[in-house]
Amino acid sequence: MNGVLSKEELAATVARDIPPGSYVNLGIGMPALVADYLDPLAGVVLHTENGMLNMGPAAVGDEIDPDLVNAGKMPVTELAGCSYFDSAVSFGMMRGGHLDVAILGGFQVSATGDLANWLTNAPDAIPSVGGAMDLAIGAKRVFVMMSLLTKDGEPKVVPECTYPLTGQRCVDRVYTDIATFEIAPEGVRVLASYGATFRELVDLLDVPLIDHTGALAALD
Amino acid sequence: MTQFCETALEAVSCVQDGDTVLLSGFGAVGMPIALLDALIEQGTTGLTIVSNNAGKGTTGLAALLAKGQVRKMICTFPRQNDSWIFNDLYRAGKIELEVVPQGTLTERIRAAGAGIGAFYCPTGVGTLLAEGKETRDIDGRTYVLEYPLRGDVALVGAHVADRMGNLIYRKTARSFGPVMATAAATTVVQVSRTVEIGAIDPENVVTPSIFVDRVVAVGDAE
Repeated sequence: MNGVLSKEELAATVARDIPPGSYVNLGIGMPALVADYLDPLAGVVLHTENGMLNMGPAAVGDEIDPDLVNAGKMPVTELAGCSYFDSAVSFGMMRGGHLDVAILGGFQVSATGDLANWLTNAPDAIPSVGGAMDLAIGAKRVFVMMSLLTKDGEPKVVPECTYPLTGQRCVDRVYTDIATFEIAPEGVRVLASYGATFRELVDLLDVPLIDHTGALAALD
Repeated sequence: MTQFCETALEAVSCVQDGDTVLLSGFGAVGMPIALLDALIEQGTTGLTIVSNNAGKGTTGLAALLAKGQVRKMICTFPRQNDSWIFNDLYRAGKIELEVVPQGTLTERIRAAGAGIGAFYCPTGVGTLLAEGKETRDIDGRTYVLEYPLRGDVALVGAHVADRMGNLIYRKTARSFGPVMATAAATTVVQVSRTVEIGAIDPENVVTPSIFVDRVVAVGDAE
């Protein structure tokens, strides 16, 4: 059941769940793909941490302007009605609770919504956090987008994060290739699954899961 | 009064060994490359550089690092796919690194420029980056006490300066520039060009001249 949704299908799934008219920040990496699946008529406004609202799609050819990039430093375009601002204003938008949704990548998410996505325990890792901690605690809702399993088959939805935290109790939803989860006070609710049964998810993950009907599965 | 310099070398002559330098730029975007090249030519060493990243490729900040002129980086995201000069120095123990969440970094710089003694920030609570820091619960939420970060010098890339020293920026090259310009004893600005007083609509000035000590125009070509 590994890799049931492709990255593109996952991005499309996340895009469908963003309420029309939302102000949204897309993290670097996989979350950036979500931009390609937003309905242009939904009026979703993209924020980029380096200081822009209403960011447009990737720039190609003559559109490329060296002074216009996204958080991943890739060339992007303007949409009508865009605005530029400095870094302090940009991060004030995050911490001040003005962004509706932040979509972040993840190494691990705990059953209580702790997020680890900036540093592994590898001895030669170079710590690099960027805006991840600000987004994690600042946006009204935080969606994490990641594969459910590591390359070695270890679950990334875990009882407690073993990697250094990005934020505590900050994640609302986890979108993975195998299932979509909501972090709820009573446990982790499975909102959708792709090719895996609820029972298989219960066997796979060491966290209390709640099925679509709200029934809490007993942990073995 | 803002001083207009003929050359980048003249503009950075105020930078001294051991200085803390606020360096604008989000990656290479908005980074004052001509000022960095002049700093390399000047040979100033023992610098602490405050910037979002830690250099890419072999030019600009990466070149300054490669010359061994930087003692410490204070930044948010050193690791990039082409940050190998910093990576090698860091792994060899030849450079210090202080990683700060991006919003905390910019707010610490803003606080320095705005005369704020310290501030309580919700970012990083319960993480490695808040370890050892004072915390306080306010209205049911936990905050970390963060202190201002000021520079001896700010090196800022902007788009256009008028002959007063008022600045405008261009697109996402704005980023850290307006914040850093406020927070150093001496702010040195590289612009593409200068214009006469009145040529920038006062409503559109982003950095008022009071924050700008030195300006050098280097043209559009990097």
